[in-house]
Amino acid sequence: MTLTAERLRTWRRAATSIVGLLIFYELVARSGYFPAVLLPPLGKVALTLWTTVTDGTMLHHAAATLYRVLAGMTLAVIVAVPLGVLMARYKSVENFCLPLASALMPIPSLAWVPVFILWFGLGNTVAILIVFYAATFPILLNTWSGVRAVNPLWLRAAGAMGANGQSLFWKVMIPAASPFIITGIRQAFLRAWIAVIGAEFLAASDWGLGWVIFDAKEFLNADLMLASLAVIGVIGFLFERLFFGSIEKATVMRWGMVRAAKS
Amino acid sequence: MTDAVQAASASPAAPAAPGGQALRIIARNGFPFLVVGIIWEIVARSGMFPRKLFPPLEDIASAFWRLTVSGILPHHALETLLRLIAGFALAAAVGVLIGIAMGRSRRTEDYTLPIVAMLAPIPGIAYAPLFLLWFGLGNLPAILLVAFVSTFPIIFNTWTGVKAVKEIWLRSAQAMGATDHKVFRHVILPGALPYILTGLRLGLAQAWRVLVGVEMLAAVSWGLGWLIFGAREFLNTDVMLAGVAVIGLIGLTLEKLVFQKVEDYTLVRWGMMR
Repeated sequence: MTLTAERLRTWRRAATSIVGLLIFYELVARSGYFPAVLLPPLGKVALTLWTTVTDGTMLHHAAATLYRVLAGMTLAVIVAVPLGVLMARYKSVENFCLPLASALMPIPSLAWVPVFILWFGLGNTVAILIVFYAATFPILLNTWSGVRAVNPLWLRAAGAMGANGQSLFWKVMIPAASPFIITGIRQAFLRAWIAVIGAEFLAASDWGLGWVIFDAKEFLNADLMLASLAVIGVIGFLFERLFFGSIEKATVMRWGMVRAAKS
Repeated sequence: MTDAVQAASASPAAPAAPGGQALRIIARNGFPFLVVGIIWEIVARSGMFPRKLFPPLEDIASAFWRLTVSGILPHHALETLLRLIAGFALAAAVGVLIGIAMGRSRRTEDYTLPIVAMLAPIPGIAYAPLFLLWFGLGNLPAILLVAFVSTFPIIFNTWTGVKAVKEIWLRSAQAMGATDHKVFRHVILPGALPYILTGLRLGLAQAWRVLVGVEMLAAVSWGLGWLIFGAREFLNTDVMLAGVAVIGLIGLTLEKLVFQKVEDYTLVRWGMMR
């Protein structure tokens, strides 16, 4: 069997399996065993998705969620990357921060939601801080190990060629640590994406994909829930593939760091 | 050059006092907590925030002690752990089976992968309201959601692990006359084990993160997530923080004791990793 035929077979099977799953769902939904509000047929879910996207509400919800994620992530990057670099460069900072980080890391971010609600009230602040909490640790630990993993030979070579501290930092250390840092940000995004949905469930404000799902439960709008789930999945997927993929291309690959990172 | 001299002069002194060394490590790890504790205490006592919302450490400690002695906190923790174990056991059984099937059979891989890849990118907690709607409140949706969420890393890693078993190991085992059963038991399983353990570890971490969240939503009668969420209604910040501390302790224990022990035992014993 040739390679293309094999690939064709894989695609055919993938399509069969997804279509089969959808047909199965449709049959179960229409069988009448379960109430239609709980298990809406696919046409209804698609219709809900279409109407909410076209009248802009879904986009508004998505924008609110994205705003929270990006604000929290930005905050986390601003705090965690410099701190990680400092931890790797100065033993005293490492000795101080590492025990704290390893004690705080195993606490799931969602456990803080009720505490943060008490402290900061309902609304954006809680969600952003929860995202910040969830995103900080992966970035911190990856930056730390990335900077420590910088080949000392490169630093010495650059030093011997007369690089001063600043250019050593920007031209050697940061590019060399970038694969780790970007991996950290990527992991952080996955966690942040989970955290923001959970935070929106609990610290309900008026907008946000998590809030829509939670609110739809009260009114038994399973179609709206499934439509929002699809939007959440698509956004997460796009971010993971397109956004981080292109960042990686623009930085790590351009700097030729990928091979060094793998070795 | 000076580094080398210093290192040479320092190294004979270090192993001379192993007791002092251990003490130093404890002191070094304890110091940051001491600093943070003191800052917390100063802020809490300064009157900047109401004591109800920002309790000093002794309030948290006494809440912890009160709840532990009366058996409330252990009960919450026990129920949470039981849910975690039930959900995770389900996920481990299903995930490893699916993963092995996907790794061994091309057909299964082709049919299963698209579905798994479609469901996996949605954060697990987002399914929670749907599960609550379908399965009602209480234990069932919580356990099912935990299982559902932690299955994905287990499937992906098991699948990768089985596919990463070297062809040459399989061929040589077969050439030496091993039956399919034996090849599976003695070659594929140990070969894929490091990946499977990684998957289980990631799965457990995800399960733990989601469980705390879903306990807040599912209105279970006992559980650490519910303890924290319920205490909010009465502004019992001390109880909430004590609960958060217990959650952190359990998380740390799971990570350090359970998985590092399992990994050390199996991987080193089977010679998969040194």
